[in-house]
Amino acid sequence: MSFFEYAPAPESRSIVDIRSSYGLFIDGSFVDSVDGKTFKSVNPATEEQLAEVVEGSPADVDAAVAAARRAFDTVWGPMSGADRSKYLFRIARLIQERSRELAVLESLDNGKPIREARDVDLPLVAAHFFYYAGWADKLSHAGFGSDPRPLGVAAQVIPWNFPLLMLAWKIAPALACGNTVVLKPAETTPLTALLFAEICQQADLPPGVVNIVTGAGETGRALVEHPGVDKVAFTGSTEVGRAIARSVAGTRKRLTLELGGKAANIVFDDAPIDQAVEGIVNGIFFNQGHVCCAGSRLLVQESVQDSFLDALKRRMSLLRVGDPLDKNTDVGAINSAAQLARIRELSAVGEEEGASRWSPACELPDRGFWFAPTLFTGVSQAHRIAREEIFGPVLSVLTFRTPDEAVEKANNTPYGLSAGIWTEKGSRILAVADRLRAGVVWANTFNKFDPTSPFGGYKESGYGREGGRHGLEAYLA
Amino acid sequence: MPERLAVRKTYKLFIGGAFPRSESGRSYPVSSPSGETVNASLASRKDARDAVRAARSAFPKWAGATAYNRGQILYRIAEMIEGRREQFIAETRDAAGVDAAIDRWVWYAGWADKIAQVHGGANPVAGPYFNLSAPEPTGVVAVVAPPDSPLLGLVSVVAPAIVTGNTVVVLAAEDHPLPAITLAEVLATSDLPAGVVNILTGRPAETAPWLAAHMDVNGLDLTGATDPELATAWERDAAENLKRVLRPSPDAIDWSADPGTGRMTTFLETKTVWHPKGV
Amino acid sequence: MTAVIQPTDLRAYLHGLPGVDKVGAEQRAAMLGTRSIKTTSKRAALDLAIRMVDLTTLEGADTPGKVRALCAKARHPGGDAPAVAAVCVYPSMVPVAAEALRGSGIHVASVATAFPSGQAPLPIKLADTRAAVRDGADEIDMVINRGAFLSGRYDQVFEEIVAVKEACGEAHLKVILETGELATYDNVRRASWLAMLAGGDFIKTSTGKVQPAATPAVTLVMLEAVRDFRAATGRIVGVKPAGGIRTAKDAIKYLVLVAETAGETWLDPDLFRFGASTLLNDLLLQRTKMATGRYSGPDYVTLD
Repeated sequence: MSFFEYAPAPESRSIVDIRSSYGLFIDGSFVDSVDGKTFKSVNPATEEQLAEVVEGSPADVDAAVAAARRAFDTVWGPMSGADRSKYLFRIARLIQERSRELAVLESLDNGKPIREARDVDLPLVAAHFFYYAGWADKLSHAGFGSDPRPLGVAAQVIPWNFPLLMLAWKIAPALACGNTVVLKPAETTPLTALLFAEICQQADLPPGVVNIVTGAGETGRALVEHPGVDKVAFTGSTEVGRAIARSVAGTRKRLTLELGGKAANIVFDDAPIDQAVEGIVNGIFFNQGHVCCAGSRLLVQESVQDSFLDALKRRMSLLRVGDPLDKNTDVGAINSAAQLARIRELSAVGEEEGASRWSPACELPDRGFWFAPTLFTGVSQAHRIAREEIFGPVLSVLTFRTPDEAVEKANNTPYGLSAGIWTEKGSRILAVADRLRAGVVWANTFNKFDPTSPFGGYKESGYGREGGRHGLEAYLA
Repeated sequence: MPERLAVRKTYKLFIGGAFPRSESGRSYPVSSPSGETVNASLASRKDARDAVRAARSAFPKWAGATAYNRGQILYRIAEMIEGRREQFIAETRDAAGVDAAIDRWVWYAGWADKIAQVHGGANPVAGPYFNLSAPEPTGVVAVVAPPDSPLLGLVSVVAPAIVTGNTVVVLAAEDHPLPAITLAEVLATSDLPAGVVNILTGRPAETAPWLAAHMDVNGLDLTGATDPELATAWERDAAENLKRVLRPSPDAIDWSADPGTGRMTTFLETKTVWHPKGV
Repeated sequence: MTAVIQPTDLRAYLHGLPGVDKVGAEQRAAMLGTRSIKTTSKRAALDLAIRMVDLTTLEGADTPGKVRALCAKARHPGGDAPAVAAVCVYPSMVPVAAEALRGSGIHVASVATAFPSGQAPLPIKLADTRAAVRDGADEIDMVINRGAFLSGRYDQVFEEIVAVKEACGEAHLKVILETGELATYDNVRRASWLAMLAGGDFIKTSTGKVQPAATPAVTLVMLEAVRDFRAATGRIVGVKPAGGIRTAKDAIKYLVLVAETAGETWLDPDLFRFGASTLLNDLLLQRTKMATGRYSGPDYVTLD
């Protein structure tokens, strides 16, 4: 028994008022589904039902797209940039004002630690709306022509790992550019999007500018394949992204995709070791590893391999896994039973293929979906755990001897979303960063995001950029 | 005095800086500037495969060349096209088009060391970080060249792809391949590294599907894909590895108009680098 | 079993230590500052923090009366609060403190070596040290020669520490790095190793006379150093942040930093100290608040 125990410090869930059921948000109000099908959203930390949510049908999607089209033609498209800007500023402020409520709801529905929802997700969500709010009346200065036009109706499908942040990445630039949107949140994490719908009402956003249609894969398919949409933006798996790219082939729909990754985090022998350890831990255990840009492959230089792994294990032993609403929790719940099954399966494959598995001693709760932070050593590029995106708290450790070998291994993947470099030598950082085929390169840091900074992948990690001036391009003609 | 017997030219493919015949041994008839029928190489899927290999191996060095160097090489090519002006006019019977093509090439040559400044820059992130975004070439781009405007159209799709550091496999216009072959001769004697531009003559309908589906091709320019059904099929094939696709324009393209930067940016990736600032 | 590291080239050795990324180190320290400690743990943490206090007075205006009052408070801080670890005074006040603390188990610490600047010839620094030990100090807080350190004369700094350690005899040696003058975390790490290699029993952030004094990030880097030094040599060196730690909340953040960086071994007054004067009162106020459920006020703790 250690002298110094952290007592549980749970955030109060009473701050958020969850309704027992939610409708679809279409044309400014919550409506029932045409055919009345529903599904449940559960708390992955307890498996308790949080709310009943509508499974949007093709008819619902029709209604939402029609509402978005009307709003585009009659209100939002013709509106001055200055007024659009003010609506977005309003939304940004409302998000700040209700951020604790949103953070708690995000943690409940997603399983992520409240500390991350509170200190990372929500500040970034508000900042993203603030950033794009300011663009709405300055688009002619953005470098996309003197009079850039919106595309029309944007169909947006987002994942469950950062539900509200991905919503912000999609909706803020779309609205700033004058588009209207129909957004489908992930089936396991629909609740913050529905609370966001309330915020749109509170902001008096004209009906139809933002429409939220909940549902699963079929709802998403109906939305992206709907002939009435001009733009499709998707964040999620490469597999689904591929299917969407096929489905929009031959249409005039514009497409941006933010897909999977298998990022290498490269540690050279002259790295700032303590910060590198933190960066590796943050790179793969942040948000339970449910991060498309997670640093899921550690490439460590052979000369420091042993001492670095010792330090990494020591640090992993300090990770606090458990109740996401506990402010001391570092690693929360896996988002769903299905995701947990996939993480377990790939981890089992890692062992079968001969890699050594290690996890710190940690007690996992009895109920809910949990997976201990896991390290695989003795991994080679041929192993599935070095090639496939696990999307969980599982780190594969590979080694290298020379910078060339590090770059080759880092690039030896169909993905190209992100990469990390750890070394105190500036010229090495710049040379290696140049050669890494990845859209975001973090040097001596990892998993940093900012609304001004473009984010997106090379190769099969997708195309288009979100964030920054670059992020406008996806929503302008 | 009898008229001199002309030496006739054999029209071949351009792959990796060399001029091979199609590995298939096939050719197809096209008309020469002087009106007679000549044989052009009819490229096969294996030629397409070889061209991709050549483009891939040329990519790192070309992408890694300094922008100034790429600009110099492209400008030198414009000089050399100018030197062959009469030949291109003979092949296209379009003097204005040839002049516009040379000017277009010069225009793109100048973009080499400007595109990163126009499309990249520092991002003012809310934290102690240096944060810089810069465009980088996508990789190997397969280009279906437009059938109209044989030289201007060709130049207008090739130059923007390579000036930023991509390497290309170009499917020349099926019915007018000769300007493309002459351009290949210019490129072969220029300072352009072998494999940066590879040109296949023949039937795009036959070779394009292989390029569209090729997993080592990163971009697909369908400007010359005039059949909407084929264009759709190729775009669908391109989804397999998420190629960046430039769709054919629904309207006829005015090749003399200001092209903008879109043909360059379609085949550029934005890389953002973060680094902490601390003493 | 301890391994002794005796670098033949101190400069090469110290500059071969891994660098410290400022932003990353500060973020880690800030993140640990968000740990939330509740009830039972907090109560134990407050008592531990009190037992770790080096109750300090280092003023030109110090008088025997003032020091005696401080020693009385050190013994009986208030209510059933435990005694503090040590009382820290100038050498001239050591006889007074030693007398006042006799039999209490509370250590008598004295700053020596021409505190706070260290700008005096070595023989004077050594005489200063010997006098303090002779008069009853069992802990000596020395300052390193920052001028020599910053100009790269590591051997000189090293030898001074060795000499002072020898002059200390049985007394424990705390080596003050004066991190506020070292400018970078890389220097903090190097100075920490230098002090440990030279035989220091504690490494201490600051004199309290220079701003910034102790910060969580500086303390984090020093805790990493003692952790790594133990791994390399087997010898355990203590850490003492001093200056600027005024509230119980801050103190608890430091304890979190200790637990998650060096490890719980260091959660011991023999290995971790707070150099502070006003901190004790806030620890007492918070302790009272926890006992009574009411917020206390400054009229209910003593001024010394």
